[in-house]
Amino acid sequence: MGTPLNLASIACMRLSDRFWGLPPDASLHGPAFDRHLLLNLWIALGLLALAHLLLLAGLARRRRKGAFHSQALLEFLPLAALAVLFGGLAVRAEALWRDARYTGPDPAAMQVEVVGMQFAWYVRYPGPDATFGRTRPELVAPGEGNPLGLDPTDRHSSDDVISGQLVLPAGREVDLRLRALDVIHGFSVPALRLKQNAVPGQTIHVHFTPTTPGDYAILCTQLCGAGHYRMAATLRVLPPADFAMWLSRHQSTGGEQ
Amino acid sequence: MPATLTPPQLEPRRVIDTPRDADNGAGGRPPVDKRTGGNGDDGGDDFERAAAGRRGPRERLATARIGLAFSLFGILLIFVGLVSAFLVTKSSYHVDAYDRVINSWLPTALPTILWLNTAVLFISSVTAELARRAMFHEQSIMDEWFGLGKPTSKRATVWLAVTLVFGMLFLVGQWVAWLQLQMQRVYYASNSSGHFFYLITAAHALHLFIGTALLIGALAVLRSSKQFATRQIWVDTTVWYWHAMGVLWVALFVLLDFFQ
Amino acid sequence: MNPRLTTENSKLRTEPAPRFTHHRTLGLAYLALSTIALLAGTALSLLMRLHLAWPAWSLPLHGLILPEEYLGLVTLHGTLMLFFVLTIAPQWGFGNLLVPAQIGASSMAFPRWNRAALILFATALSTLLASPFVPGGSAISGWTAYPPLSAITIAGPGQAGGMDLWLAAIAFFALASLVAAVNMLATIITMRCPGMAWHRLPLTVWGWFTAALLSIPAFSVLLAALLMLFSDRHLHTSFFLPATEVVNGLVLHSPGDGSPLLWLHLFWFFGHPEVYIAVLPGIGLTSMVLANFARRRVFAYRIMIAVTLLIGLLGILVWGHHMFVAGLSPFAGSTFAISTMAIALPASAEVLSWLATVWGSKPRLTTPMLFALGFVSLFVAGGLTGPILAQPILDQYLHNTMFVVAHFHLIMAMAGVFGLYLATYYWFPLLAGRMLNDGLGRVHFYATLLGAYATFLPMHLAGLAGEPRHYAQLTGVAGPAGTLLKNLLPLQRHITYAAIFLAAAQLPFVWNLVRTLSGPRTASANPWAATTMEWAPAPVTPPEAAASSHFAVPCVYVGPCEYSPDGNSFHPQWEPLTKVLPKE
Repeated sequence: MGTPLNLASIACMRLSDRFWGLPPDASLHGPAFDRHLLLNLWIALGLLALAHLLLLAGLARRRRKGAFHSQALLEFLPLAALAVLFGGLAVRAEALWRDARYTGPDPAAMQVEVVGMQFAWYVRYPGPDATFGRTRPELVAPGEGNPLGLDPTDRHSSDDVISGQLVLPAGREVDLRLRALDVIHGFSVPALRLKQNAVPGQTIHVHFTPTTPGDYAILCTQLCGAGHYRMAATLRVLPPADFAMWLSRHQSTGGEQ
Repeated sequence: MPATLTPPQLEPRRVIDTPRDADNGAGGRPPVDKRTGGNGDDGGDDFERAAAGRRGPRERLATARIGLAFSLFGILLIFVGLVSAFLVTKSSYHVDAYDRVINSWLPTALPTILWLNTAVLFISSVTAELARRAMFHEQSIMDEWFGLGKPTSKRATVWLAVTLVFGMLFLVGQWVAWLQLQMQRVYYASNSSGHFFYLITAAHALHLFIGTALLIGALAVLRSSKQFATRQIWVDTTVWYWHAMGVLWVALFVLLDFFQ
Repeated sequence: MNPRLTTENSKLRTEPAPRFTHHRTLGLAYLALSTIALLAGTALSLLMRLHLAWPAWSLPLHGLILPEEYLGLVTLHGTLMLFFVLTIAPQWGFGNLLVPAQIGASSMAFPRWNRAALILFATALSTLLASPFVPGGSAISGWTAYPPLSAITIAGPGQAGGMDLWLAAIAFFALASLVAAVNMLATIITMRCPGMAWHRLPLTVWGWFTAALLSIPAFSVLLAALLMLFSDRHLHTSFFLPATEVVNGLVLHSPGDGSPLLWLHLFWFFGHPEVYIAVLPGIGLTSMVLANFARRRVFAYRIMIAVTLLIGLLGILVWGHHMFVAGLSPFAGSTFAISTMAIALPASAEVLSWLATVWGSKPRLTTPMLFALGFVSLFVAGGLTGPILAQPILDQYLHNTMFVVAHFHLIMAMAGVFGLYLATYYWFPLLAGRMLNDGLGRVHFYATLLGAYATFLPMHLAGLAGEPRHYAQLTGVAGPAGTLLKNLLPLQRHITYAAIFLAAAQLPFVWNLVRTLSGPRTASANPWAATTMEWAPAPVTPPEAAASSHFAVPCVYVGPCEYSPDGNSFHPQWEPLTKVLPKE
């Protein structure tokens, strides 16, 4: 299955980058994902055209006497072909899904927490002690500079960095833990080909590796209330040196922005 | 003239909209389940061989039973939904501020009166079945067909009334069980286990309440209806509904008592 | 006097049956309900389109459309269209009108329950339509009503009274659907006329049967879920609420370990079958109409029966594909991906059957035939993106984007509406005794098809570019997200123009209706030369039945698509066999 589909998909890539209007891609798993998505899209378009051609050709042909006799040939052969086609796509997709979700991140991956609340995303870095401080819902007070309810009595919380912007170094794997304080939010970064809902009461991990420095959109993709449309944030991917500088500057200023 | 869908009320043809008003399909035979084997009656698929309304004395009963079966399937699925939510919630947990995994499920100890209620419901099912059997007692049906009063209904009325009493006793018993739990400060909103105990028992009690309403309806029909088939349908479907709720209760009780 | 009347029916009641239980009256009433919902839902969608393209546009007599009002429009539009149009009209409207006729019955099995269902549906619709007028306005959590947004009254405007009315409306709807489904199933099982064996049922009846079969588990589980959601809102329980939440600065503690995901499971266990309920009758009707105008048997007729049932069965096993990124285990994602991909096969089998049925048949391109072909086209166009969304890794990018909106509008909304138009044009002579004008019908068809594609194809591109759904506006957001959204504004404007065109394309149909209904009854008894029972001129009395009966009995002698090999002659189901037919 693999080789012909792969060849086909590389050909597809060349043709179709522009046609389908995917946003630029900034992650390690992105190219493989794009290849698979574009392959799927072209196959769908091809089948759409084929079905319409058959329909129109069937209408245009002069009348044949009677119906078809060989049901097996006409019904089961194309069905078998489609089964092989969809099966192949499913297997490829399953491989990508396995790589993305079945395994956890590298132990050396960078820890980041993203928390959704109506209608903002907050980002927290664990700081030099590599441990997230304790948070308590009672202490949540965005107006007082403590949007996540960090507990000052916990020794891990003093060095935590909280930011309104997700800043990440290029080329390092990120272990992102997602939480939501109030309702379900959808954490979506089109440029990373990534989406995961943040569910209140749960901590959900996703991992990925950003590769290309730049500024990218973070959007909420789960209807979360009146301000859903403006629950956006920015992902800034920096070269590793710039990122280290950014982080140290924020640690010294105590975290806020 | 265009074809019409089965004629609207324009022309008062003798098409049987409600079969009760006319031919009950008995074909001049008594409304019992006897198959003579003659007259084309070979016990085949009645639904496809004869016209609607002409499929023997049990036709309306069979239709009602099919409707009841699908309704019971729907009711069963309501409880399947509740029970699966119960099982999922029971095994779920959350992580608290101190990173501890917490399963806050506190099993609800069931009030012992529920055992008594179960027994009451079981007895009510037995009496209900006696009422149902009375409606299918061939000798009495023949008597009735010959015009000798309403012996079936008389007997069924007694048993249905007994069932009704036991059914109400069960509902009162459930009410007492809830009161007992509340005296132990286990409320609907206390915790997940309480949520499900009250919700499942209340949903069941609601269905049993509908059952008592059906019993009352059946008693009224036994009194008022002149049509034997109608009375038979009311008693039969009500009793099957009652049995189903009884079986459902036993399943729910086992679940709540042993799988908390 | 018949002797049996002296015993049981001594008092033969002579008053007519209550009028409002006749299946024809009720079917038309169901359609009337749907029409109200359709008009309201269409108006709401146009408001949404206008606001999305021109966020500064102010609605006359109202002013600017606020974000929460936009979400109210979304919620009402989705609920009205999916529940009250795409479920009621094909399944209960045309179902009630046609099921008894197609199976040769004189009524539904439980006419009074049928009326009860109608009253419940009407109550549901009026409750829903009242919801925008309570303080706070309509609910804003979409037709899926995910908690905690739907469970906490302070989570947003409209989540108090508006949400309660929404819940009540859906509960009424679920009850009504259960009643109607039981009635439909009992009717199809017990009321078939003599000779109407299961394999002779038209595929339309199979569509209604399968959809009714699906309705029972789906709406039952929905009722259970609604009960829990109501309880979370008003009785301080936490079926769907986690232990602690911070909403609007308020800390809410809940007892127990509820989870919003539980609602998602229960809701989609209902929700996915629901969309199949909406489209299955259209699938069946398309098969029958294509065969009728191609003058040949539906290709692989018996396989199509199996396929219809298989689609129904698979429909209740795939709910998890709405939850790939919702926080399930990734293994669950893989499992649901397989069951979802599996549906592609029976769906493809349907399409293959349609293609083979019309292949080289030189069909008469009447308006119903055109709409059937349009149904095929939209079913393929919308269906092909299904396997794409069934792959969890791709859904990780496409979930809740405009791509999904495009997908379900093509396969469910547009195909569903084409199914409804198909039913209307095809059965209009039967219902009204008049033929709708063919020329106007063609204009209506081509304009609607063009409008549908012009509206919904570009939505795929918006989704691929990353635009999420449910966004009240694309402006007013800073940073790269703002740029991403703003760049899509021209595309969205195009979609809005197309949507206005699509709405305007319905005017020929309205005019056609008015014109035809004011004209004389001129339709012949069987204008499409159809073979199924609803076109039988009058119930035929077979000689052996006539002897013993005081009423006429329709009888069925053959399967539903019997045509001569050259297609010039046909054998309707109601005609007794006089010659040997090709084997069924």
